[in-house]
Amino acid sequence: MTTLPNQTEKKLGLVIDLDICVGCHACVTACKGWNTENYGAPLADKDAYGAEPVGSFLNRIHSFEVQPETGPAQLIHFPKSCLHCEDAPCVTVCPTGASYKRTEDGIVLVNETDCIGCGLCAWACPYGAREMDPVEKVMKKCTLCVDRIYNDNLPEEDRQPACVRTCPSNARHFGDLGDPGSDVSKLVAARGGVDLMPEQGTKPVNQYLPPRPKDEEIDVLAPFLAPVTEDPKGFLGWLGKTLERLG
Amino acid sequence: MHPARSIIIFTTLSGLGFGMLVFLGLGMPRVTGGTAFAFFAIAYLLAVGGLLASTLHLGHPERALKAFSQWRSSWLSREGCLAVATLLVMALYGAALVFAGTRIAPLGWLGAALSLGTVYATSMIYAQLKTVPRWNHWTTPALFIGYALTGGSLLCGQISLAVPFLVVLGAAQLAVWQMGDKRFAHSGTTMATATQLGGIGAVRAFEPPHTGTNYLMTEMIHIVARRHVGPLRIIAFALMTILPWLLLFVLPFHHLLAALAVLSHLAGVLVSRWLFFAEAEHVVGLYYGKR
Repeated sequence: MTTLPNQTEKKLGLVIDLDICVGCHACVTACKGWNTENYGAPLADKDAYGAEPVGSFLNRIHSFEVQPETGPAQLIHFPKSCLHCEDAPCVTVCPTGASYKRTEDGIVLVNETDCIGCGLCAWACPYGAREMDPVEKVMKKCTLCVDRIYNDNLPEEDRQPACVRTCPSNARHFGDLGDPGSDVSKLVAARGGVDLMPEQGTKPVNQYLPPRPKDEEIDVLAPFLAPVTEDPKGFLGWLGKTLERLG
Repeated sequence: MHPARSIIIFTTLSGLGFGMLVFLGLGMPRVTGGTAFAFFAIAYLLAVGGLLASTLHLGHPERALKAFSQWRSSWLSREGCLAVATLLVMALYGAALVFAGTRIAPLGWLGAALSLGTVYATSMIYAQLKTVPRWNHWTTPALFIGYALTGGSLLCGQISLAVPFLVVLGAAQLAVWQMGDKRFAHSGTTMATATQLGGIGAVRAFEPPHTGTNYLMTEMIHIVARRHVGPLRIIAFALMTILPWLLLFVLPFHHLLAALAVLSHLAGVLVSRWLFFAEAEHVVGLYYGKR
């Protein structure tokens, strides 16, 4: 049924640290790999080695340049995948019931054998989290690696989403955001985690940690060095002074 | 949004077909026997043809029956259910007119109401989407119903009704274009809210996630289409309102001219429906620095 549960027992989701992400795309590769070999239809590519390659991905990394009023521009790498929203508009628009949100942990999933590939859920998602598979013609989305996190056949350290497990800079964290005592909830509280597009009213579970303020003085030793005059000496100094007198 | 041919044909033709069924249900015109058959055949061809066209864009049309199950939450499902209910009720009503020559008026009224409900549900598939600010407004269902009633009155030969409908529809379409142009800016969704980086400074998309394109971009970011919006709006407006009005009310009445008026209106609606999709901008474009 594509009505949303009033409440979920857990709110499993990701916390993404924009201060740490280095934009290496390792999570994209790990996600593509795991989700091509395991749960559901494989994530297909078309024309992979041709002139116009296109494929389905559940996780994509954008990069944004932010220009503060003063100081240099900042480059921020921005991983984006399904945010497993509490008020997921992608679920309620589904005409077949293929799209659903689990009551036990809040994960938003697609039952691929019920999906008619109409694409309306992708239109309803403001974040671009759903992509139609170009070969299977069913909607693909992040499953929060539901086939890893409860998988007793895997060693305990591997029971987390592939993107989180692979991240070399620990910019991605996985846990229950409905439990205020969980590590991820504490992290969100400490760092001021935010919702993306809050005005869309989706109440996303995934949280983004904003970049920390940059240090004003980048070179910590600079204040201890002898000051260097900015006025030129010699001929250039004489020329400058003469021109100033004339002007 | 990508103006997919199947969706444009679906919304245009089925809108006209269900618009016709509204008037046939109300007994306008009062037809029986062979004439009734001809009217009902055209209405059903348009309505069913449109619905069939809509299945062309499905990835798995063989599972389309499942789409009748989620009417509690999904407008797309409601649209399917209402369409089938309308077609069944109007088939009974039409059969009585054609074969028995009797008009079961309450059944006709029910069919007319269901027809309007179907058009409303179709429009709500788009109007419900917060992600497309241009559509997310009560004027979307109002305009869809206006199109259905105008086209229906033209096809059912209700000339005295078609005049005010053409005028009101024309004015409404102009107003919707005008208001729609500002709605994305008014929605409050910007690259700053999308990234939540606006607190640091001005945000600019620096590098996309990939060098090529993807499903999201081909489906929801359709910039090329918007280059010729001005002339296309004029063409749509002239074809769907001005030309039919000239052909029907300024020139002396002739069946051939009336048929031309209907065709001109249909062509105009197709162009305006193309614009409805091509002009609509999805908020996901903000992540790509495009709209």
